[in-house]
Amino acid sequence: MKFGIVSFPGSNCDDDAVFAATETLGQPGVKLWHKSHDLEGCDVIVLPGGFSYGDYLRAGAIARFSPIMREVAVHANRGGPVIGICNGFQIACEAGMLPGALMRNAGLQFLSMPVTIRVENTDTRWTALCHEGQRLTMPIAHGEGRYTVDAATLERVEGEGLVVFRYVDAKGEPTEAANVNGSLDNIAGVRNASGNVVGLMPHPERALDPLLGSADGRVLFESVLAAVHA
Amino acid sequence: MKSFRVSVHIVPRKGLLDPQGKAVADALHTLGFGAVGDVHVGRHLVIETAAADAAAAETSVREMCARLLANPVTEDYEIAGVIAV
Repeated sequence: MKFGIVSFPGSNCDDDAVFAATETLGQPGVKLWHKSHDLEGCDVIVLPGGFSYGDYLRAGAIARFSPIMREVAVHANRGGPVIGICNGFQIACEAGMLPGALMRNAGLQFLSMPVTIRVENTDTRWTALCHEGQRLTMPIAHGEGRYTVDAATLERVEGEGLVVFRYVDAKGEPTEAANVNGSLDNIAGVRNASGNVVGLMPHPERALDPLLGSADGRVLFESVLAAVHA
Repeated sequence: MKSFRVSVHIVPRKGLLDPQGKAVADALHTLGFGAVGDVHVGRHLVIETAAADAAAAETSVREMCARLLANPVTEDYEIAGVIAV
C-alpha cells in the first residue's frame, strides 16, 4: 500500500509522516509536491502538519487551492483514505472535506505538549483497530486548534457520530481542564460521513515509538493499512 | 473597465469566542478605558481590481470573500468602501 504525503510550502511534518509509512509500517511512502496534479498511484493521502503558506490569511486557506488538492478531493470522493493532521486538518476543513473550522486557541498561547484523547468512533479507516473509549496520548503543537462549528452543524456532527476524538483527562473524562485549546465539546478530531477522511489536531506521526514518549499514534496507521488490505 | 480600490472588513462572527479581542479589551480596561465594551480583532484588506463600475467591483469582492477571504464558518465580512482610482 502506497502512502502519499503532500508537501506544501511550509509543511514541516511531512518527513515524520513518510517515516510512519516507510519505517513504522514498512510500506512505500513518497512526498507529493503541492503543485503536482498526480497522486502517483498512492492509495492513502496524508495532509501533514506545518505552516503551509505561512498561515497567511487563515491557516489552511491558501493551501486548499494548491493544484494537488483537486486530485486529493477526487481520491476522497471515491472513498480513498485521507488524514489531515494539525495544519492538514485545518486544510481539510478549509477545503470542505470535513465540517467545521479551527480558530485561535482560547488561551491565545501556542500549545506544545502531550495530550490524552479518547476514541469516540471506530467506524473510520483510521480508527478501525481502536476500541471506543480507548485513550491515546499524543503531542499537540498548534496555535489555532480550537474546533468551532455552527450550532446546526454541531448537532449533525454529534448526532451522526462524526466526532472521532475528544480531549480527556487521565480518567478519560472530557473535562474543561482537559480541553486545552477551548474546542467545542472537547472535539480533537472529526471524520466525514463515509469515514474515509479523518482530521485531528494531535500528531499521531510524532507518537510512533516509546522512545519519543508514546507509540499510541501507530494504531491510526495500522488501521488504515488493515482497512486497505481488507 | 475602470480601476477601483475596495476595502473589506473581516471580523470573527458575533457570538463566537474571540480571545484576541478579549485580551485587547482587558488591556484597555487596565489602561483606564473603563467605557470599553467588547473588542473584536479582524482583518482589513484593500483590493485593487478592474471593473465596469463600482457596483461590479463590490460584487466581485463579495464573491472573493465568500470563496477565499472569509471563512464561512467563523467570520463575517463587510465592504467598507469602494473608491475609483
